[in-house]
Amino acid sequence: MSSSPLLVKNWLDPDAKPFIEFRGVTKLFDGVPAVRDVNLSIYQKELFCLLGGSGSGKTTLLRMLAGFEAPTEGSVWIDGVDITKVPAYERPVNMMFQSYALFPHMTVFDNVAYGLKRDGLPKAQIAERVAELLDLVRLSAYAKRKPDQLSGGQRQRVALARALAKRPKVLLLDEPLGALDKNLREDTQLELIKIQESLGMTFIVVTHDQEEAMTLATRIGVMDEGYLVQTDEPHTIYEYPNSTYVADFIGDINLLECVVTENDAGNLVLSAPQLETTIDLDDPVTGAVNQTLWYAIRPEKMRLARDPSTAVNALKGVVHEIAYLGDFSVYWIDLANGFRVRVSRPNISRMDDFAEAWGEEVWITWDGSAGVVLSQ
Amino acid sequence: MRLIAKFKSLQRDWVSWVPTLWLGIFFLIPFVVVLKISLSQATIAMPPYLPLFEWLEGILEIRLDFGNYLFLIDDPLYGSAYLESVRIALVSTIFTLVIGYPMAYVIATAKEPRRTLLLLLVILPFWTSFLLRVYAWIAILKTNGLLNGLLMALGLISEPLVVLQTDLAVYIGIAYTYLPFMVLPLYASLSKLDRTLLEASEDLGATPWISFVTVTLPLTIPGVIAGSLLVFVPAIGEFVIPALLGGNDTLMIGKVLWNEFFANRDWPIASAVAIIMLFVIVGPLMWLNRINSKIEEAQL
Repeated sequence: MSSSPLLVKNWLDPDAKPFIEFRGVTKLFDGVPAVRDVNLSIYQKELFCLLGGSGSGKTTLLRMLAGFEAPTEGSVWIDGVDITKVPAYERPVNMMFQSYALFPHMTVFDNVAYGLKRDGLPKAQIAERVAELLDLVRLSAYAKRKPDQLSGGQRQRVALARALAKRPKVLLLDEPLGALDKNLREDTQLELIKIQESLGMTFIVVTHDQEEAMTLATRIGVMDEGYLVQTDEPHTIYEYPNSTYVADFIGDINLLECVVTENDAGNLVLSAPQLETTIDLDDPVTGAVNQTLWYAIRPEKMRLARDPSTAVNALKGVVHEIAYLGDFSVYWIDLANGFRVRVSRPNISRMDDFAEAWGEEVWITWDGSAGVVLSQ
Repeated sequence: MRLIAKFKSLQRDWVSWVPTLWLGIFFLIPFVVVLKISLSQATIAMPPYLPLFEWLEGILEIRLDFGNYLFLIDDPLYGSAYLESVRIALVSTIFTLVIGYPMAYVIATAKEPRRTLLLLLVILPFWTSFLLRVYAWIAILKTNGLLNGLLMALGLISEPLVVLQTDLAVYIGIAYTYLPFMVLPLYASLSKLDRTLLEASEDLGATPWISFVTVTLPLTIPGVIAGSLLVFVPAIGEFVIPALLGGNDTLMIGKVLWNEFFANRDWPIASAVAIIMLFVIVGPLMWLNRINSKIEEAQL
């Protein structure tokens, strides 16, 4: 978790040595690019999440680190060593597979012991180590079972124990929680973080679930069509997306196409035709007059009001629909020109002022620093 | 609703009745007929055996003659023929497995459309006559045949090898003939194998060979058993291959059976030979079947 006091933010230190590096990595499958020119540095003890939709190249990138795919161009480094040509079975990384890939003909014990046996460890030591791991994932009672006699959650934990067994320098997790139901997922997420922190390992997690990435990650790398489009801490990714793609992919957002109408020494005034108004900005943004920009503002950064008199930015609209989600409600507000704005509002009181405001005329207000201006 | 359910269960019953009926008509009834003949006495007549049941002055006389079985036990020729058949079938099966497994592996890991082409090539020999193909092996294996000609031309041997009319020729013939029966179940088993399991073992430090021994092989044992049975069972009773490729001292039970039936015209003895052969095969078959279902159960 980004708030953990144990965390050293190595990526902010320009002198820090990266632990894992992708240098200009491109991967083509039959001429079709899956990963395009990725440069990425991951530091020791990070819990790094690769986030993207299906076909974004995140799994291919992970598989190149594990050694199951060879990059078409570029190189992969671990701890200062170029491992691009090292076969998977000699790499100091272990992977937890999306399908878990447990050996069906072996018991839980033998599954976890598999990697240790390959290292030629003495039997007593293997038994001790496996017992330790099964204890860690709370499966000690299941050592003699076969994978088909376990529940989904138990299999997931066996897969984790097996991947941790060799104490790899890096643990790769491919959609580790994908097959679990929601409650189990949340518990397991916290458990993963606990394990990662207590073992001091570097975790790289591939996921398509942004909530999971936000919960787990020290940093997130967002991928789209093979490109690594933004790499930042979860907070930065959410509040300061660098492109409309990232803004739209992570969380909900109102995206408005704008034109710069004034540039008074860096203080821009944007005209948003969809809003039929101008937007005042607090933050300095670069942009020339008449340039097209996007103004992105998240629903929870806008407020509803009956009286707009004190607001910097205000728009009049009619409440089209209200979705009550318990902890907050989402309001779809139609402007006079038909453009629909999404506003979310925490349900601070049991009966909110706007809870039954269907069809009412309301004002949407927001601060000058609430939105982000994006140039692409 | 009830009627529909009843109709459906009837339908389901029909589905299970069809194979039962099939087995009854084409296996059980002939088996009983053979069993009946094996318990009767040989005679020079048409058919060449005496009836088991006879009405004699209103009394049903049943004459069961176990002499045929006693004769088979007494004469060491039959015992050694059974043992020899099992041995030759076993060696041939292992031979076929050793050739068939790598073939199936290559086909299972090949990409389309190569995979289909390779599968087709495995089945292709079936399109020509079996007898012709065995005859062709005579031309290959005989003293001045293709094999010796090639080896001598290459300077690998100075004198022709004697292969034809030895057990080796029988192994080659059986392995060649039954190879598709070995390859196809192995292919089914190998292509079902989850590739990510091999990635998992590689990830955990197993070299490709260790991955094969610890993951691929154990998980394809059902294919190995199925393929081996499909070769072993018909190979025991094989007649044509040992007759054409084997020597005079290659004594297989199929040949003995043929001799009893056609040369000696002793149907009861021939039937007794067939009945015992069935039990020689059924024993190991049931045992392997049990192992197989245990493994498959564990994999589900």
